[in-house]
Amino acid sequence: MSTFQASRGVLRLSRSITKLQPPLNLPLRIASRNVATHTLPSQADAISVLPTIIDPSSEEYKENARQMSTVISRIEELTKKIQLGGSQKAREKHIARNKMLPRDRVAALIDPGTSFLELSALAGHEMYLEAEVPAGGIITGVGVIEGVTCVVVANDSTVKGGTYFPITVKKHLRAQAIAQENNLPCVYLVDSGGANLPNQADVFPDREHFGRIFYNQARMSSMGIPQISVVMGACTAGGAYVPAMSDESIIVDGQGHIFLAGPPLVKAATGEVVSAEDLGGGKMHTSVSGVTDYLAVDDAHAIVLARRSIRNLNWPKKQFPPPTAYEEPLYDPEELVGIASTNLRKPLPIHEIIARIVDGSVFSEFKRDYGSSLVTGFAHIYGHKVGIIANNGILFSTSSLKGAHFIELCCQRQIPLIFLQNISGFMVGTDAEREGIAKNGAKLVTAVACANVPKFTVVVGASNGAGNYGMCGRAYSPRFLWMWPNAKIGVMGSEQLTAVMEAVGKAADPELKERIDKESEAVFSSARLWDDGIIPPSHTRRVLGLSLMASLGGKNEPVATKFGVFRM
Amino acid sequence: MLPSSRTRAFARAINAIQTRHLSTNPSTTPIASVLIANRGEIALRVGRTASELGVRCTTIYTDPDSHSQHALSSPFAVNLGAPTAYLDGERIIKVAKERGCEALHPGYGFLSENSAFAKRCVEEGLVFIGPPWKAIEAMGNKSRSKEIMIAAGVPCIPGYHGKNQDPEYFLEESRKIGFPVMVKAVKGGGGKGMRIALTEDEFLSKLESAKSEGRNSFGDDEMLVEKYISTPRHIEVQVFADKYGNAVALGERDCSLQRRHQKVLEEAPAPNLAEDIRQDLWEKARAAALAVQYEGAGTVEFIFDNDTNEFFFMEMNTRLQVEHPVTEEITGEDLVSWQFKVAAGEPLPLDQATITQRISERGWAIEARIYAENPSENFMPDSGKLSHLRTPQTSDSVRIDAGFIQGDTVSSAYDGMIAKLIVSGPTREVALRKLHAALQDYEVVGLNTNIEFLKKICKSPAFIRGEVETGYIQKYHDELFAPEVVEPETFAQAALGILAKESLEKGADFPTGPHGQATGFSARNERQFLFMDSSGSESKQFNVTINQSGQKLYNIQVKGPGIDGSFENVVCEGGVPSISTFYPHTRIESTIITDGDKLTIFQQGKKTQLRLATPSWYEKALGLKDVTNSVLAPMPCKVLRNEVKEGDEVEKDQALVVIESMKMETVIRSPQKGVIAKLVHQEGDICKAGTVLVLFEKVSILLKQRGC
Repeated sequence: MSTFQASRGVLRLSRSITKLQPPLNLPLRIASRNVATHTLPSQADAISVLPTIIDPSSEEYKENARQMSTVISRIEELTKKIQLGGSQKAREKHIARNKMLPRDRVAALIDPGTSFLELSALAGHEMYLEAEVPAGGIITGVGVIEGVTCVVVANDSTVKGGTYFPITVKKHLRAQAIAQENNLPCVYLVDSGGANLPNQADVFPDREHFGRIFYNQARMSSMGIPQISVVMGACTAGGAYVPAMSDESIIVDGQGHIFLAGPPLVKAATGEVVSAEDLGGGKMHTSVSGVTDYLAVDDAHAIVLARRSIRNLNWPKKQFPPPTAYEEPLYDPEELVGIASTNLRKPLPIHEIIARIVDGSVFSEFKRDYGSSLVTGFAHIYGHKVGIIANNGILFSTSSLKGAHFIELCCQRQIPLIFLQNISGFMVGTDAEREGIAKNGAKLVTAVACANVPKFTVVVGASNGAGNYGMCGRAYSPRFLWMWPNAKIGVMGSEQLTAVMEAVGKAADPELKERIDKESEAVFSSARLWDDGIIPPSHTRRVLGLSLMASLGGKNEPVATKFGVFRM
Repeated sequence: MLPSSRTRAFARAINAIQTRHLSTNPSTTPIASVLIANRGEIALRVGRTASELGVRCTTIYTDPDSHSQHALSSPFAVNLGAPTAYLDGERIIKVAKERGCEALHPGYGFLSENSAFAKRCVEEGLVFIGPPWKAIEAMGNKSRSKEIMIAAGVPCIPGYHGKNQDPEYFLEESRKIGFPVMVKAVKGGGGKGMRIALTEDEFLSKLESAKSEGRNSFGDDEMLVEKYISTPRHIEVQVFADKYGNAVALGERDCSLQRRHQKVLEEAPAPNLAEDIRQDLWEKARAAALAVQYEGAGTVEFIFDNDTNEFFFMEMNTRLQVEHPVTEEITGEDLVSWQFKVAAGEPLPLDQATITQRISERGWAIEARIYAENPSENFMPDSGKLSHLRTPQTSDSVRIDAGFIQGDTVSSAYDGMIAKLIVSGPTREVALRKLHAALQDYEVVGLNTNIEFLKKICKSPAFIRGEVETGYIQKYHDELFAPEVVEPETFAQAALGILAKESLEKGADFPTGPHGQATGFSARNERQFLFMDSSGSESKQFNVTINQSGQKLYNIQVKGPGIDGSFENVVCEGGVPSISTFYPHTRIESTIITDGDKLTIFQQGKKTQLRLATPSWYEKALGLKDVTNSVLAPMPCKVLRNEVKEGDEVEKDQALVVIESMKMETVIRSPQKGVIAKLVHQEGDICKAGTVLVLFEKVSILLKQRGC
């Protein structure tokens, strides 16, 4: 694949060279003229094409690529391992019961030829001492089913019986939040033993715990967001409410069971001896209780029924720009591996990154020469018009004002915003304070917080301090938030943190720096769902494309923005 | 070899030709309108020439043929109704007269060799485009035609057909004939009561054995004896005669390649035939025509003994033959046009010398008959809709005479010939190679055809060497029916074709943007396809795993019995019905036609039929009944009779129903021991393939009835 793409990249590069050549007939320009001289569209467009000075043969590029490749391959290996799911034994047992593995279920559920945008594959990684919980025991993502973009939530019963660890709950809720914010129908492939009892304190009682799942189902259904569940295994206790609170549910005969209490608990409570099938089997629930609506022969059949239910949602379809309407970037996105750096103290050439994300590397930069530590401008991704806000250094007053201005433009014009985050913070010091960096930064934060256009954040480097707020961090509800493998997130870098601690007279714990370093890493963040997943830098364009399609298609309609008070 | 009296008679006949040839005095009655009393490709073929000659054509058709190409080919088309109406001579004559047709062309088959019909045409004042009815009558009678031929000096197969059944007398007759001989029960058939005596010594024992088998099989032991030809060829000579006593031979055709006594491949000239024998054949054929005052197109069929180079008259077909195009190719003449001219009273357009010259210059021509049939099931006829039809590019040397286009239905009511593919070349080798190439471009889906079988014939070494004989297909059966190995790429193409079709059918609804590309770390977009080869055996399953890594980029794995293929970075340009795929090692273009779960893949000149396995849940979810509860019609058919009654207890393999399809009777036998619950169809019912014919009682009911 890489060779194939590389050759296309070469083609693009050669094309870009012709585009960037200056016109040869400059001397013919007449000094004084009073008629409008025609400008060719190609001449007009040339001003928006981003140039590149990246030299893949340079030492810097090679060093970056070497370090990034190490990080990327580590995550790649980790992801591969996580994708296997539970233990070999658990998987074999699962298959022996004639059940499909959860990832195969998802693959069969989505349309052939479409890509599944998986969320937080690293969820739960190294979080629990007592157990490995690959992917948090639940697979979530955005996929296309019968042409309808949906959120898919699939329990992995090969991981601790599919029980809900705290991170499982968080991941389930995050998927629902994405569905709610983006108006996406939900399909739940249920195969879970319910709450993980030893962890019940962190799973059950709080607002954002287990109960919230059913609250969300009810609220989403009330908003017209369809809820479909497919019961492919256990669905016990609270879990029983997933199918029960769905618009339509499907159950696999002899395999799916729904009950508030399983046979052992029933026996303990009332002395009644009953089989799982009689208590909550598919035949009973489809013909007697009516808890489920369709009885499936096996997993594959259940998936066919689920797809049919989606087909009958009568979900509106939006026409997106056809492939003929846009061009791929002029420069190979694979080169991002040599542009991004694991050393976040080195500046990232943000224009080079934008040039490898947007259509045709065309970027209409706004206020290029003002507050240039923040880059703003219009571009397209797969034909969708977007506004890009990207860090190119520390945020100053000027850059903050520019950012707020640009967000206002995009909100007025209903243009989705993309934040490329690499920020160590707002400028400090006398000059900055006297310029009112606090109130100017606040203007940016206000604008970001209030903007009702879809927002997407990609952390391409550092994400520190209030810069995280101004650049649409997790707290600012971007529709999706993605991390590059080299990204680091924390209130400040470990070195600064140690320095601050020493400055305020506390002796820095010798292990503190190391711990902060570890806790700032993308894998640590992603395991805790501070983001929606780590992505390969070269896939940024694709991931943003899929994110845009999820937030703009179907029933999504533009929502007007009302900003709060901007302190002047 | 030939008795001297025959030679003299032959010489007389030849003299007669020469003298009559000089006395041509045309008195023509031009034909301006014709009724074509036939269907399919021959009706179109006749219509084509008639139109070129400015003759107005009226066509006839029946209900099943109402949308067939011949019915649509002329603005003057008359519906005769019932499927059998092509045989209703009086009705056809009435239509011809009503529609003001001056002439009638019978084509081949149907009424073409019906002397009574030919006579009636003449009586009703219609020009019958064919020989005089008397000639048809004379040649229609086997024994009379033989007598005429013997009288005219044309060699007939020696034999004794007399009443004297004394074994010693038989031996005496056999000595006269010359060994080897074949003794045959007069009432015999299908090889029963038939023995071959290679030498005099074994004659009497063979005769007795044949007699006893005859007595046992059909209670009759009356025998006849004939010369036995161990490696026969079928060679026929195209003749044409006019009313002025001219007769020419337009070369011979070898039609030895036959299955079920029907021709499959015909070629001209005949391969491996010495020139003097060839000329002898032609002369004897002309003599045969002149002996019955023949007019128009006719074919004199000979059986040729490959071992002795002798040939014997078999019969004369008093019509234009199916395989006439090969003669047209080697002579450069339009035989239908000749028929019109001769019928109009014109003399023959060419003389023998010119024809001989033409044939010596024009090389070779081969015709392959494309049949709706299943060669692997003893060439069982098939019928159905031509859901996909792609034909080779026609040219000066590639000709297709067809009666069907895509979307037409090949009805079980008539002969299953879809088309004739005629290819010519400067030599036999070139013609055969070109035929093979043309067959590779011939794509038919919707019914089984013999195209794949014909391709194998084209590649059969003995056939390429011209070692033809009528038993060729039996002799080389193992070679011709060797199981086909399906390449892993074919399975991969089938799966890619399904994907392409599904995404393209969604059209604008198919999500674009980055969809299809790998997204995220170690992204998998994997899908499995489970195929079965045409044997349909559940145990022979082939698993294709496709992992999509880019919009047109795939990694493919194929696994199955004897197959293990893996292809990385395959680029597929999807389309419907054709896809073009770039594998690391080669580029493959395939046409994939799907019909439900059946797939037909054409690639690199080969057709492969696959079936996509039904999903695990399919039968259960659809509540499909156990098939052993019923017996289904194997093909579209007419029920001739039920052999059992409802409530009958039947044994396994007992005859249940006799059906007829494409004029062939088939006995449907019981798959099991059981009780007949219901006979679903009665005599005369027309059934589609897969229709339930017989329902069995369920076993439980059977047990209950018996008081178990």
